[in-house]
Amino acid sequence: MNVIETNELGKRYGKTWALRDCALALPAGHLAALVGPNGAGKSTLMNMMVGLTVPTEGTATVLGGRPAGSPAALDGVAFVAQDAPVYRNLSSADMLHLTANLNHRFDPSFAKARLADLGIPLKKKAGKLSGGQQAQLALTLALARKPQLLILDEPLASLDPIARQDFLSAVLTAMADDGVSVLLSSHQVAELERVADYLIVLSRAQLQVAGEVDDLLAGHRVLTGPAAEAEEYATRLTVVQARRGGTQAHLLARTSGAADPVPPGWESHPVSLEELVMAYLRSPGVSEPTALARLRRATPTEATR
Amino acid sequence: MTIDKGNSAIEFRLDPDSGVPTYLQLVQQVEHALRLGYLKPGDQLPKVRDVVAALTINPNTVLKAYRELEHKGLAAGRPGQGTFIQATLEQVTLPELAGLRRTLLGWLSSAEAAGLDEDGIVALFTSGLRDFFKTSTSKGSGSVADRAGAAGVAGRARAAENGAEGVA
Repeated sequence: MNVIETNELGKRYGKTWALRDCALALPAGHLAALVGPNGAGKSTLMNMMVGLTVPTEGTATVLGGRPAGSPAALDGVAFVAQDAPVYRNLSSADMLHLTANLNHRFDPSFAKARLADLGIPLKKKAGKLSGGQQAQLALTLALARKPQLLILDEPLASLDPIARQDFLSAVLTAMADDGVSVLLSSHQVAELERVADYLIVLSRAQLQVAGEVDDLLAGHRVLTGPAAEAEEYATRLTVVQARRGGTQAHLLARTSGAADPVPPGWESHPVSLEELVMAYLRSPGVSEPTALARLRRATPTEATR
Repeated sequence: MTIDKGNSAIEFRLDPDSGVPTYLQLVQQVEHALRLGYLKPGDQLPKVRDVVAALTINPNTVLKAYRELEHKGLAAGRPGQGTFIQATLEQVTLPELAGLRRTLLGWLSSAEAAGLDEDGIVALFTSGLRDFFKTSTSKGSGSVADRAGAAGVAGRARAAENGAEGVA
């Protein structure tokens, strides 16, 4: 089952496309990191998945074909918007009461036990809790709805390192316990290396790359060799990012794995997740012509043949 | 976040700078613990949820490591209970190990006395190791011994007589 599926999904504000041509199929059981710079379209995509934003074009479904935003979809999806919004003047107990009454599936004893475990007082006003506690309160309310898909919009942005780790740990434990699938947006790539097993990269309103982390890492290599041969070699590859100096060039390219033979004089190295993401973010709309043009621009002298 | 120490014999840790994929680090730590006798057949591996909570890693990573251990014949999952060690890696007793370590340290000081620096020693040792196992693995049949390098040292897993009890 795909917990998220979109087809030619797009959203336009005035003349500006916030997201366009997004075709995504996220299988169940993953924690997917949605990464990209500010304004890349992350929040727009998330808001469309929970029905808070109506698409300009295309379709979006969740949990095996339920139209995004429909009652059937919302029943199985929990969403925590940016900065873990809570009603500042309500106590934790009031927040529980409110959420329980607004949803027809809610497990109050789970929520209470979880808050007690975390040492979050029920009587204190939510606005007086620390940032980490507010985030945990928002997460508790979301998890107590027993969702199959949990969508978290930049939940870590305002948290200190300990609170970030505690928050991620709580999300991952929910995955292990209940098999909930997670879509989590962030621009901290390094932090997500061990946490996410699925990666979605957005940049400039376009989907750049999406896939299981292991497959993506296995499917990309950095090829290092003589700059003079780089341009010719690059025509035989799908180059994501090309960097070159006077004599040496690095090509980050899609390959079928370590077994791919490289020409004599070339070395093939594995990529890290961060390197991969940065390459896609720096070369949005990647295609051979773009990367090649870049390679050519960086070559002031010389004829290659 | 307390981990029930009663259930599992070992605790995992991760080396952020090793460059070794996380699941493989878990696999190697179990093999290491087996080799040093910290784990024996019948022992339960840490529960997936506990590893996830303690290391803040994706549960699928832990599952992948445990599947790999099952594939190697070292562990077996028992539905609803967890994953248990079912075989052992050929094991050297601790005193024997201490003796081997003393011999190695002696060899290292003679290598240093002969003028080799650390890199030179590593290079010599690695090439010696490779040659040694190139000649000796051709006769061994062990299913677990297929991994190169140190894992091959004690590689041949005895699907131990007592390991059979763990199999359904």
